[in-house]
Amino acid sequence: MARVARGDRAAFAEVFRHFAPRVKAYLVKSGAVPALAEDCMQDVMATVWRKAAQFDPARASLAAWIFTIARNRRIDLLRRERRPEAEDLAWGPQAAPEAAEALALQQDAARLARALSDLPEAQRQVIVQAYFGDLSHAQIAARTGLPLGTIKSRTKLALDRLRHAMGRE
Amino acid sequence: MTPRPAPRHHPDAALLMAHAAGTLPEAFSLVVATHVSLCDTCRVELAAHEETGGALLEMMAEGGSGRHEAAMDQDGVLEKVLERAQALPEAAPPAPPAPGTDLPEPLAAYVGGGMDAIPWRRVGGGIRQAVLETGPDASARLLYIPGGRAVPDHGHRGLELTLVLSGAFSDSEDRFGPGDLELATPELEHTPVAEPGAPCICLAATDAPLRFTGLLPRLAQRLMGI
Ligand SMILES: [Zn+2]
Ligand SMILES: [Zn+2]
Repeated sequence: MARVARGDRAAFAEVFRHFAPRVKAYLVKSGAVPALAEDCMQDVMATVWRKAAQFDPARASLAAWIFTIARNRRIDLLRRERRPEAEDLAWGPQAAPEAAEALALQQDAARLARALSDLPEAQRQVIVQAYFGDLSHAQIAARTGLPLGTIKSRTKLALDRLRHAMGRE
Repeated sequence: MTPRPAPRHHPDAALLMAHAAGTLPEAFSLVVATHVSLCDTCRVELAAHEETGGALLEMMAEGGSGRHEAAMDQDGVLEKVLERAQALPEAAPPAPPAPGTDLPEPLAAYVGGGMDAIPWRRVGGGIRQAVLETGPDASARLLYIPGGRAVPDHGHRGLELTLVLSGAFSDSEDRFGPGDLELATPELEHTPVAEPGAPCICLAATDAPLRFTGLLPRLAQRLMGI
């Protein structure tokens, strides 16, 4: 990604090949018709290229950073709402991010991804729906035919497992 | 912002996750983003939920119809994207927070300034409010409750989030001070009372009109439009 930030087109092509289909699939799953999803995906990837220098591997994985860009674009285009974003921390005059920090974060992200794929299918589906379905608990319940209490307890179970896998609790 | 005690009441995991996922109504997202601006614990939690979003994006199957075509055409699309990027406005480095604003940034953006810029309207009983413009699925307002004054008894048809910006209030649940977020569901019926002294200023969002219990408060409901 450092190469992308320096304007290396070949490096960006790699990022593009990996993420463009995923971003589009995410948008389709969130309810965009394919033409809109394609347009929106191009916009997201153009933003990734343009803002590459702002990507900080000590603060987010590349996938998470691209996810937030796609998420915001989706809110903007599909819901036509603003996205209130928390105030950025005042980082102060600080050296370049520690390589060790970036590495720790990438390892956490990898552990999280493994924990997600190890979740029982029913729990993972609830999380997937929560992120990609643009559905509230009540709407998920209506779609899957599961009672609201079950959905909530599954979400909680899934979150607890993820948390556990991340060694937070 | 000046250092302040860490908040004691936080959004629950489901709420933070929905904020990370981008599925909350705008008014709720505004409350969560404002709390996160004041709370390092939730900032870390939120980042973890965004990592979950990233992990799910990674797991996303590239499937869908026309996969073949898509692969063949990808280089063409890449060219288009690079062209499109040229047309995007120059990505400015993140702007430093505007100096001297006494409201957290996400909220200041909706008010158009700090506390002084809030367009208060009196709604009776010394209480003032300012409705903020958000998407239609939930509404957000700032509330000014004079010290010692109570907000009438009310239940909730939906979800109500109340974030204290300055001063403090108490209800049957607990005491809520600056940065604290109270999450009220339909089961809760409460009478928030501002602490004596300085007024309590809160940001409140709800996805359903409040349900006041008494007759007189119903009048207040009409007056306040909540
Ligand atoms: Zn918090
Ligand atoms: Zn209430």
